[in-house]
Amino acid sequence: MTMRLALRTIYTIWLREAKTFWREKARIIAMIGQPLLYLLILGNGITAGMRLNRAGSVGYIQFLYPGVISMSILFTSIFSALSIIWDREFGFLKEVLVAPVPRWAVAMGKAFGGATVAMVQAIIMVLMAPLVGITLSVSIVIQLLGLAFLMSIAVTSLGIIIASRMASMQSFQMVMNFLVMPLYFLSGAMFPMTSAPTWLKSLMAVDPLTYGVDAFRNVVFSNTQVADGSLTQPLIDVARAGGLVRFQLGFDVALMVIVAIVFAWAGAWQFSKAQAA
Amino acid sequence: MPDIIQVDQLSKTFGEIKAVDGVSFSVGAREIFGFLGPNGAGKSTTIKMLATLLKPTGGRATLAGYDVATQPTQVRQSIGLVFQDQSLDNRLTADENLKFHAMLYDVPNDVYRQRADQVLKMVDLTDRRGSIVMTFSGGMKRRLEIARGLLHHPKVLFLDEPTLGLDVQTRNAIWRHVRALRDEVGTTVFMTTHYMDEAENCDRIAIIDHGKIQAIDTPAALKRSIGGDTIIVAGDDALGADIEAKYGVTVQRSGPAIHFQQASGAEFIPRLIADFGGRVTSVQVKQPSLEDVFLKLTGHGIRPEEGSAMDLMRQGMALWRRGGTGGRS
Repeated sequence: MTMRLALRTIYTIWLREAKTFWREKARIIAMIGQPLLYLLILGNGITAGMRLNRAGSVGYIQFLYPGVISMSILFTSIFSALSIIWDREFGFLKEVLVAPVPRWAVAMGKAFGGATVAMVQAIIMVLMAPLVGITLSVSIVIQLLGLAFLMSIAVTSLGIIIASRMASMQSFQMVMNFLVMPLYFLSGAMFPMTSAPTWLKSLMAVDPLTYGVDAFRNVVFSNTQVADGSLTQPLIDVARAGGLVRFQLGFDVALMVIVAIVFAWAGAWQFSKAQAA
Repeated sequence: MPDIIQVDQLSKTFGEIKAVDGVSFSVGAREIFGFLGPNGAGKSTTIKMLATLLKPTGGRATLAGYDVATQPTQVRQSIGLVFQDQSLDNRLTADENLKFHAMLYDVPNDVYRQRADQVLKMVDLTDRRGSIVMTFSGGMKRRLEIARGLLHHPKVLFLDEPTLGLDVQTRNAIWRHVRALRDEVGTTVFMTTHYMDEAENCDRIAIIDHGKIQAIDTPAALKRSIGGDTIIVAGDDALGADIEAKYGVTVQRSGPAIHFQQASGAEFIPRLIADFGGRVTSVQVKQPSLEDVFLKLTGHGIRPEEGSAMDLMRQGMALWRRGGTGGRS
């Protein structure tokens, strides 16, 4: 009975997230437009001006692509969670908080809603692979969706922890500047950890997103060949040799699972304590 | 009849402000119980505490035997709530908002279909059920909100200023439905209002002002407590004091009008005119109303209808300010 109630709650909240997402065409346009801006302008611009020093045959845009996947999932997921604050401002949160359903299940429904949107985002990113000279496969796309799901559960839950305590939308900018952007910059999405100064390296090592980005590189690079002088080599080998991919996929995924579980639990706990006023 | 709501010395403080100041009362099962008081009297805050949305800062309340502070889940399973301010999802259609509610409250699909038709008809929104709520006017949103609150059949239904700003026809339809719910399902209704005529629908009323309960009784008993008819006189500035001295009564002032009670109002008028004929500019005799009860208990009117234009403007400003800071009233 309790289990049935929890599942029904998760489904109800998820369904609402999915429906409202589908109606917000502006959000879908942003989900396509923002990564395109990063890849086409930032990616191409920097590729033309520099070489990655220890892995000469990997173009910067190829290095950046998994980073932009992570970024788009990070932003999309945090946005999904912070919609709780909109719900609070427009009064709808009261309808949910007064309902005879477990609050943790509401938080879970919200996290699954965020993860669903993140998987749509991942599919949009898959379609951009030809633009940056990356070859994917069915197996890679499935793995990508799995990683997107894991990362999004973690990030959405982190957003829920914050949103449960935040009273107004004014704090949104604070969260973006002092939490989301540092998490993103320190994740190694835009520059390799290998060549970073030591103090920066240690900060990067404690950013959970670092392992998500590394996991995406592991998967995305696994089916592409690059020309290195006269011989062709797998991109993943070149990237690993140059320190652009640092960990094994299994290690990255294990860490992501742990982080997702811890954040999901904390998010559910914080949301249970939320007051309406 | 066992009491379904028991409240003992319940208080809520926001910083320095005592929104609810030690109220105690109980509500019987199947009763229609009303909180009557002006904006800011503590009505909504009390409802939010009973509905587990706010934690009390003092005292205790039980609903259906469950403590509202320590057993919120059980309390939520027993209640339904129509909020004073809007709580719809603007991006969903009317029907989707109702469906969402039905899913949260575990209303089976076939029951949902039938009840949704019923409540949408009640608030005259049947032909707009597929429209996105964002396109609705304020009044339509209000009606949909009420319809949603009546979708599941709770033990206790809270209605916070339910018919604020609605036309008489809709108000009557909603009241017919609420009474039917009480009679057929046995729902207890707890409502707040500052409309006197709406308070007449209640079995019992608590008059609340500045976070405190001033009186609790049936509307008829409250009106009897006034002691006769109300005489409303307008005249010069000293008239009130002279009337008090002459007839040994206590007068209340509401704007330029002077109110006092007399056992038999109609027979008193000739005497008043004989004594103060030249100074009285208007006289009115009223059967006692809840407005008079409120005025007598608190010393001020509940609505500014008898006040000056300046009072009206001040009240408007106060409402607007409260709205801007989250509407704790």
